[in-house]
Amino acid sequence: MKRGDDRGFRLATGAVAGLVLLIVAGIAFELTRQSWLSIGKFGLSFWTTKVWDPVSGEFGALPFIWGTLYSSVLALALATPIALGIAIFITELSPRWLRQPLSYLTELLAAIPSIVYGLWGIFVLVPIVRKIEIALGAKPALGVGMMAAALILAIMVIPFTSSVAREILKNVPSTQREAAYALGSTRWEAIKVAMSYGKSGIFGAVMLGFGRALGETMAVTMVIGNSPRVSLSLYAPQYTMAAVIANEFTEAADELYLHALIEIGLLLFIITIIINGLSRLLIWRMKNV
Amino acid sequence: MKNGIYILLALALASCKPAEVANTATDAPAGQTIQINGAGATFPYPIYSKWFDEYGKSHTNVRINYQSIGSGGGIKQLSAQTVFFGATDGPMTDEQLKAAPGPIMHFPTVLGAVVPIYNVEGLEQTLRFTGPLLADVYLGKITKWNDRAIAAVNPGVKLPATDIVVVHRSDGSGTTYIWCDYLSKVSPEYQQKVGVATSVNWPAGVGAKGNEGVAGLVRQTPGAIGYVELIYASHNNILFGSVQNKAGEHVNATLQSVTTAAAGVAVPDDFRVSITNADGKDAYPISSFTWILLYQNPSDKERARIMVDFMKWALTDGQKFAPELGYAPLPQPVVEKEMAALGRIAL
Repeated sequence: MKRGDDRGFRLATGAVAGLVLLIVAGIAFELTRQSWLSIGKFGLSFWTTKVWDPVSGEFGALPFIWGTLYSSVLALALATPIALGIAIFITELSPRWLRQPLSYLTELLAAIPSIVYGLWGIFVLVPIVRKIEIALGAKPALGVGMMAAALILAIMVIPFTSSVAREILKNVPSTQREAAYALGSTRWEAIKVAMSYGKSGIFGAVMLGFGRALGETMAVTMVIGNSPRVSLSLYAPQYTMAAVIANEFTEAADELYLHALIEIGLLLFIITIIINGLSRLLIWRMKNV
Repeated sequence: MKNGIYILLALALASCKPAEVANTATDAPAGQTIQINGAGATFPYPIYSKWFDEYGKSHTNVRINYQSIGSGGGIKQLSAQTVFFGATDGPMTDEQLKAAPGPIMHFPTVLGAVVPIYNVEGLEQTLRFTGPLLADVYLGKITKWNDRAIAAVNPGVKLPATDIVVVHRSDGSGTTYIWCDYLSKVSPEYQQKVGVATSVNWPAGVGAKGNEGVAGLVRQTPGAIGYVELIYASHNNILFGSVQNKAGEHVNATLQSVTTAAAGVAVPDDFRVSITNADGKDAYPISSFTWILLYQNPSDKERARIMVDFMKWALTDGQKFAPELGYAPLPQPVVEKEMAALGRIAL
């Protein structure tokens, strides 16, 4: 190999890495440019206004921000214990012959298109949720709404979180576990040691799932009820940012309307950046404690 | 490796030849396919693709492509001149027309209708609705199926005390436009609180995506009411209610009653007219035209000539394909008026 290849290789990979920065900057620029009318008209009140009225041209993103965060947090709360349980079982407890098929099957869940999840949601999950709601005395028991959305998101998030967590646990040096056993730990205590060793990575796995839940569009819009309102109720139909863009973008002919929809995209972009930044910070602090 | 280079060279030479031929043949269009691109409403997509296909059979050098991206997208792309023609379920507004680079003409092609569907347990008859009644349901003012207003128009029908679950479209849609256009005409309160657009700020209910989403949700939710296109309801054997028209008659949506609605309206010269709540004893009140949009002074005269020829065919011979696909054909006076208007396009 010639000496010059090394520099060439560095330049090439550097250029590719730079491309990522360029793309992100380009997205931020375009989203801002194309939502300019809405930013200029509503300013910061766009974040806090509850009204979304295309007829009178009044737009606020609060119900969509709320619905997105609420459904994602609920999904995460449901999915994380299950995903971590799967990861722990596969790496620590499962008989060797079962490991491969189990990993394969959880990853298969990630390969199902979200429209299929959505259709399954409408025809199978929603009627079940409706029965649960009737049993719990919800009025009206719609079936569609926050509960259905959180459940479907949780199922979609599980393979992402569990695959990454599994890889993290697999890479915990066996000396860690052996040391724990040497000190007389039970199996559960040894697993706790392994989890603690890989906690920043596992946290990263959970945040990956969160990112997935924030941006999910099709499956959520099919079961959440698409009704812009801010409510803690699990039964109430609500709305998410990605869903309103998918629903209304094609028919938005009015300039301001279109700009408001693109500003929703910009907010989603900003929120994703903030959440990613915060999780980076947490991971960094975990590593340095 | 060497073989590979020879193959590449051969390919390069081969691909040069037709290119040269094409260069010399630009003045003689014979044998060349002319492509015309359009975009817009999803509602008329089945009939348009049928028309373009049939027209293409007798005009083998013409290919018309149509992207069903939604009415809003069609208007946008036509105004940006990225497509040659547009299509929409709701007429362009004065502002939109002013913003376009040149005068745009509307041409009704076929008719559609929107019908109320519902899920009320233990019901044997089809329900009757009136405009103000539907408006009050969608405003969230009537909340029970045994409300006196519903019972009054359905004498003898045993209505349960179930809650009404209002279902509307969540995606922007011409169907929503037509539905709101009608309800706004019959209810001043609806006009003031909701208004007319492809997406509105709904005072009540849940949103479902597409006709299939609305129909699916209505089918599985006890007490639900929704609205879908007539074509969708009839193709899927969904029971729908009749609606009382302006003359006071309870009319079922059929191709005949929809065409009648169009015949009962004075169509203006620019064809931008809503035919909801139309006059006429047999007119179905939630009916609408769907339009193709063309520039009046197109710069590409060759494509304009083809498009005008196509339109003349679609408005006459082409109409016979409408009923089998579930669209109501245009009434004859409208066709005649449009044929005259096509003559105003500068060729």
